[in-house]
Amino acid sequence: MDLINPTVVDLSRFQFALTALYHFMFVPLTLGLTFMLAAMETVYVVTGRKIYKEMAQFWGKLFGINFAIGVATGITMEFEFGTNWSMYSRFFGDMFGTPLAIEGLMAFFMESTFVGLMFFGWDRLSKQAHLAVTYLVALGSNLSALWILIANASMNVPEGAHFDPDTMRMQFDSFVHVVFNPDAQSKFVHTSVAGYVSAALFVMGISAFYILRGQHKQFAARSFRMAALFGIISTVAVITLGDVLGRMDYEKQPTKIAAIEGLWHTSKPPYEPWILAALPDDAKQENHFEIGVPFVLTPLITHDFNTPITGLHELEDAAGPRIQSGIEAVSALRRYGETHQQADLDVFQAHEADMGFGFLATRHAPGQDVTTLSAEALPQVIEATKPDILPNVFVTFWAFRLMVFLALYFFALFAISSYVSLKNRLERNRLLLRLCLWSIPLPILATEFGWITAEAGRQPWTVFNRLPTFLSASTHSVSYMLFSLAGFAVLYSIFIAAELYLMFKFARLGPEAHDTPQTAPDHLHLGGAASTPAAAH
Amino acid sequence: MELYALLKLIWAALLCILFIGLGLMVGMDMGVGTLLRFVGRNDGERRTALNIIGPHWDGNQVWFILGGGAIFAAFPTLYATSFSVFYVVMILLLFSMILRPVAFEYRSKADSTLWRASWDWVFLISGFLPMFIYGAAFGNILEGVGYHFGWNGQYYQDSSFLSYLLNPFVILCGLMSVSLSVYQGGVMLMMRSENPIYSRARTYAQRGGLLAIVLFAIGGLFISRMKGFVLTAPVDPAMPANPLHGQHVAQLAGGWLHNYAAHPFLWLLPVLGFASMTLSVLAVRAQKAILAWWSGLGCWIGTIGTVAAAMFPFLMPSTTAPDQSLSIWNSTASAYGLTCMLVVALIFVPIILCYTSWCYYVMRGKVRTADIIHDSHSY
Ligand code: HDD
Ligand code: HEM
Ligand code: HEM
Repeated sequence: MDLINPTVVDLSRFQFALTALYHFMFVPLTLGLTFMLAAMETVYVVTGRKIYKEMAQFWGKLFGINFAIGVATGITMEFEFGTNWSMYSRFFGDMFGTPLAIEGLMAFFMESTFVGLMFFGWDRLSKQAHLAVTYLVALGSNLSALWILIANASMNVPEGAHFDPDTMRMQFDSFVHVVFNPDAQSKFVHTSVAGYVSAALFVMGISAFYILRGQHKQFAARSFRMAALFGIISTVAVITLGDVLGRMDYEKQPTKIAAIEGLWHTSKPPYEPWILAALPDDAKQENHFEIGVPFVLTPLITHDFNTPITGLHELEDAAGPRIQSGIEAVSALRRYGETHQQADLDVFQAHEADMGFGFLATRHAPGQDVTTLSAEALPQVIEATKPDILPNVFVTFWAFRLMVFLALYFFALFAISSYVSLKNRLERNRLLLRLCLWSIPLPILATEFGWITAEAGRQPWTVFNRLPTFLSASTHSVSYMLFSLAGFAVLYSIFIAAELYLMFKFARLGPEAHDTPQTAPDHLHLGGAASTPAAAH
Repeated sequence: MELYALLKLIWAALLCILFIGLGLMVGMDMGVGTLLRFVGRNDGERRTALNIIGPHWDGNQVWFILGGGAIFAAFPTLYATSFSVFYVVMILLLFSMILRPVAFEYRSKADSTLWRASWDWVFLISGFLPMFIYGAAFGNILEGVGYHFGWNGQYYQDSSFLSYLLNPFVILCGLMSVSLSVYQGGVMLMMRSENPIYSRARTYAQRGGLLAIVLFAIGGLFISRMKGFVLTAPVDPAMPANPLHGQHVAQLAGGWLHNYAAHPFLWLLPVLGFASMTLSVLAVRAQKAILAWWSGLGCWIGTIGTVAAAMFPFLMPSTTAPDQSLSIWNSTASAYGLTCMLVVALIFVPIILCYTSWCYYVMRGKVRTADIIHDSHSY
């Protein structure tokens, strides 16, 4: 049997992280901007004031530039489970495929069909019909977030499925559990509202730029105010739901929450501090220094004053028996697969809950095969496997902290901006305006840190406590992986360059200019060596 | 028949419908992309061609995304294995696919000649290559694919990607799908454009249709002689979905004709294919664009139906471990999963068809170059 090649696994992980994080640079703006567009258009339809239509059209153009790459990079994601995570897809596809396909049927079709009408239908639809179309686009993009997060939550909290030894995979058995998984619901709200924060700061920042340059004054002031209010509400919601998510991790993923908090030893309530900054050392399994606020950790996570939170060392020690039991499960499963004897099935079922830990030991067993492990080798394999159950603490800890610090910064920024803009004092606060402009990328950054927290904190599993990441990958050769990685690097660099070029171009041009026809003059023959006429703008 | 077996059959049928819808709708847009540089000689004409499908390409593309999603949900083992076994080809398909959304949205947003000409090449590549690979994949699965499974269900690849690309039958299948897509794209352009685009599109549509007839005939000869796969012992259609057990398969010359021999009415499918392709060419000649468009649907039903009838119940047979060949009986999702998906599909597919038609209705009518170049909302 072919052995697992760790380089291929690492390259697959790297490629997935790269493409997923990249997809998610564009998704938040889509999620939020569609709703902001709908809000602007609503004001237009209700009041009949043309400036709001112009606002919707102008921000709609920037939305379009962003949307295209969101779609393109989303297609990559759809493929990647099959191309790079074959074992994962086979093992968990019964469960995971369903929300993904529903996403296509329910959300992508709606969003993608109506987005065409949204751009092209201004002159063909009545005001009200166009407004309805814009809302359907917004609804579609948010529904797509809902279903993908239901899918993602099922990897973190795999409820509503059981392992079936006859098919050697997790089988889906409760739609209700999967859809109403509380983890999925709170992830959805947290993530989509994070998108609203991103869109609000995007609109606010570009409007600040116009105010700074003294252009499009009325347009910019209105956009700014709308965005600031939208932003403050969204930030409060993000923080509230973030708290819910932390609690969810505490209940369902103890290794993740301990890594997030850099908690090597079980906490001692109520004094235990919430660590503001530290230098977690994964090799030595300790923090090099710590600055914390005493009495905060316990109530923050458990919402009471006396429940201890289990530390990483304690979790690691508790894993020993589960690894042993898991090895029994995997061995019995293999025997059952070959002979179909009831006795083997009984052994398997007795140890079924620990099966994932048996798979996790694969890497440390001689010949990567735990099913033929000798009694002498067993203790050693268990010892070697134990540290594997922990995620990378440094990464998880810091990704989480950066997300939270940014959240607090957004809160302050939106609060001050709302106040200043409601008092009509924007033009005098140039520092604030500059800050808004330069903060445009920060919510996207916070979102990326959020994903790193969630995904790195889930390691070493793709399906929590069931299927380890290193087993999930396809059995490719390194050269295949280098080929695809190189391609992604080239294409995605072109995408970002083209996107930034057009974003800057259209943002600079501003709202009035966006009605200028986007043609090269008609006599221009492409492919020939015709000189490029100067832009008409 | 047991409920589970029935569900598997229903999903196999839905998969065929999805593949047909994908070929038709995505193929049409890709055909326009492939033809863009040929039907449009200057920027205005090219923009006209793009704007004909402009409001619809994103919606149509979801057929493609859903194709992936539905295989994942309904045939997870097929999804996991085929996407990995064809890795290099799939990645090429992906690269060419993801350039297209960006090309639509970005091409006309800057004025430079070089910028626009580069994106026009992107349209050519991202129209031709995906459709080629789409057809080629059918060629590959007809010939059988080299893979086997380990005890825990991990797949292992037994042949190089080169054998999946550099192979005459596979190239033929790829070109077949490209010619149908060029046909459909040409017809779409005929429906919604005026001269000179109209007459150029008509020429290409006609050529696409004729080429398809020739390739379909040659392909049929290939298939009848190829080593097809047959079950050597009856299987239990309601078996647990696991390719490791329960199937005995042999690879025989002429094996793909067994189903036709057993059920002669299946010959109606290739006949439908030929008849539709002939009708298509005639309709284009007679300038009946709407008839020609619908006749394109017949072409796709005929071709994909022919392959499906030959292969039933196989989905992706294995040359190196024939007993582990993926079939509709051993690679589906669970009964529960299939049921959920079926309910969702029954609710949403009619809704999707309604709003998609409405969208075409709103955007109906000819697209004129003179209007396009003054319209800031167009591509
Ligand atoms: C603008 C972006 C943004 C901001 C300001 C915040 N988050 Fe967040 N966070 C995300 C964007 C995000 C995200 C990208 O949307 C994640 C990744 C996975 C997910 O479901 O949402 C996420 C994940 C995530 C997780 C991991 C969930 C899991 O295990 O799956 C936790 C515990 C928090 N967040 C908690 C917080 C707290 C306590 C915040 C503020 C005080 C906060 N987040 C602000
Ligand atoms: C349904 C949604 C998602 C699924 C099913 C999923 C699944 C996976 C899988 C299979 C891996 C490989 C394991 C690994 O590399 O360690 C992974 C890793 C990762 N994913 Fe996700 N992911 C999802 C969403 C996202 C999104 C949207 C992002 C980011 C924007 C993201 C960020 C990452 C990162 C950063 C890693 C690397 C973690 C590490 O290697 O330590 N994921 N995810
Ligand atoms: C990791 C798994 C993911 C997969 C397989 C995936 C798949 C896709 C696909 C295929 C598209 C293009 C749809 C179209 O044609 O309109 C897309 C776009 C989109 N995806 Fe993802 N996605 C993933 C992660 C996520 C997550 C976690 C979210 C939500 C929070 C998300 C939200 C969106 C949104 C809103 C779009 C709309 C287009 C845009 O971004 O501008 N995706 N995704």
